[in-house]
Amino acid sequence: MSALVELANVSKTFDVSPPWLNRVIERKPPTYLHAVSDVSFSIARGETLALVGESGCGKSTVARLIVGLYAPSAGSVRVDGQDMAVAVKGNDEAARALRRKVQMIFQDPYASLNPRWRVADIVAEPIRTHKLITDRAALDKRVAELLGFVKLTAKDGEKYPHQFSGGQRQRISIARALASNPEFLICDEPTSALDVSVQAQVLNLMKDLQREMGLTYLFISHNLQVVHHIADRVGVMYLGRLVELGDKRAVFGDPQHPYTRMLLDAIPDLQMTGKARTPVAGEVPNPLNPPSGCAFNPRCPKRFAPCDRERPELATFKGRDVACFAARNPI
Amino acid sequence: MSTPSPVLEVKDLHIEFPTRRGVLKAVDGVSFSIAPGEVLGVVGESGAGKSLTGAAVIGLLEPPGRIASGQILLNGQRIDNLPYEQMRRIRGRQIGAIFQDPLTSLNPLYTVGRQLVETIQTHLDLDDGAARDRAIRLLEEVGIPAARERIGHFPHQFSGGMRQRVVIALALAAEPKVIIADEPTTALDVSIQAQIITLLKRLCREHGTSVMLVTHDMGVIAETADRVAVMYAGRIAEIGPVADVIHKPQHPYTVGLMGSIPEFDSERERLIQIDGAMPRLDAIPPGCAFNPRCERVFDRCRQARPELMPAATSLAACWLHEGRA
Repeated sequence: MSALVELANVSKTFDVSPPWLNRVIERKPPTYLHAVSDVSFSIARGETLALVGESGCGKSTVARLIVGLYAPSAGSVRVDGQDMAVAVKGNDEAARALRRKVQMIFQDPYASLNPRWRVADIVAEPIRTHKLITDRAALDKRVAELLGFVKLTAKDGEKYPHQFSGGQRQRISIARALASNPEFLICDEPTSALDVSVQAQVLNLMKDLQREMGLTYLFISHNLQVVHHIADRVGVMYLGRLVELGDKRAVFGDPQHPYTRMLLDAIPDLQMTGKARTPVAGEVPNPLNPPSGCAFNPRCPKRFAPCDRERPELATFKGRDVACFAARNPI
Repeated sequence: MSTPSPVLEVKDLHIEFPTRRGVLKAVDGVSFSIAPGEVLGVVGESGAGKSLTGAAVIGLLEPPGRIASGQILLNGQRIDNLPYEQMRRIRGRQIGAIFQDPLTSLNPLYTVGRQLVETIQTHLDLDDGAARDRAIRLLEEVGIPAARERIGHFPHQFSGGMRQRVVIALALAAEPKVIIADEPTTALDVSIQAQIITLLKRLCREHGTSVMLVTHDMGVIAETADRVAVMYAGRIAEIGPVADVIHKPQHPYTVGLMGSIPEFDSERERLIQIDGAMPRLDAIPPGCAFNPRCERVFDRCRQARPELMPAATSLAACWLHEGRA
């Protein structure tokens, strides 16, 4: 399998300094928020990579970097061998082709569909933008086919988004994303706003579409069970960095990073086996002022000497990559 | 479970919304009771009527929503028909409330200490010093470090998890008999959610407080509740001990709901899905409201609406269980 998406040492820094006048008069220093620091991974064709982590860990920023909504402060995002930062601006044939190949599905199906457009126009927009079909009848046929993929009917195309339930709207978003024949879909919490039974419908649909069309997914979620169900590989993020990355069976079955273990322990036990759970201590620190060394060290039960001074790098251990001193040097 | 007299009893509750296009029945004949110290989980999807039922119990139903019929009894006394002032004294003193979003349930302009003292003095006869001491003790009890300093802070100075702890302290301020917790952990990250569930469970056990826990998250229910009521389209579809409902669901809707939750130990390629969506309130089908989505539907289901009937160790509103108890 060849890599479709490659991130090499990608960082994104946001300038959150106080306004210029305050900096001059009150002598406040400029401040920067390191939303994503030095993230590298690749996604093979036809594979699903999931990113998990708590609010503010940078997983959505990674999604926006890949799709080109943000330009990386350092490092590069390459899709199909082309630099995404160039492709979003470029006007040549190759850049346009790349934009067509990458599409995104957003979390909130109430906010991501234009309420004043008919569903057929929403789904047809990428086709019109990329001038894939210009013939009116062929366009209608294609829209009907796309709506069929997501288990809606051609008649639904005449309606407006408000006439649909949350799950149906998310399916419309999927139809729109599929309209330009993409190869790579970035799904940012696509089921978080949905009820569980509807979530199951959408997850099943996404799996079916992947199999039929050979799609590659980057799936972002905070729900570990959903990720376990849909992903092939998993990356766990904490304060802008990847702390563990590997096959989902390795990462979930035998987590090596204490943070991954903590996330897994925090999931309510539906089977009610009564197994003891490690109490989760503390909260995510302020990203403007992250702890020195390993960012997880203040909450970590396995912290030892080097953790608050040095930052562990990702290194392969037990069949996955993990950034932790304690995992590699068990005491 | 029902041997001691229940703290809270809801009898045949109907909540309706008059609209220009007719009356919508949002809650349609819901009955349950909560024993002292018991945690009753109420699950269901958006629009099933679970939050409305909770709002009705604390008397905070937003107009034009109204209780059309039925009774709500607290310690055997009706509270659904009390005048506003009387209900105000019960709310907070005897029934506490915890809502989903801790940022909107705290006043951003007052320090948390002032809000706690205000609640304590409204309901308990304590002078300023004693109320303040009690507020600090409450903050310590809900696990806020350096409570003595934090009491002077404003809500925005707390993180989401800490804010929810303050809200729990507020709910417990006057030692209520029952707490209505509406999605108390939904807005929180998983690691914080686990902390809050553990805290809520411990405090309620220590204080002997009963809880009506409204949530859409079956995992939270499994961890916390003694019994669970599954709601669908304004009615209870199934109610029973939490382990039985999770492991041996009796209503086809509960079976589908449980199957649609992804789990770690299963390598299932597809999740069980319930096709379709919950009906809108103006288009609830005749008979059993679940019948158009039900895999085991038969003629009876389309004609008559099933009431709760015994099904194994639970009660289920499903014709499949008729005459089988």
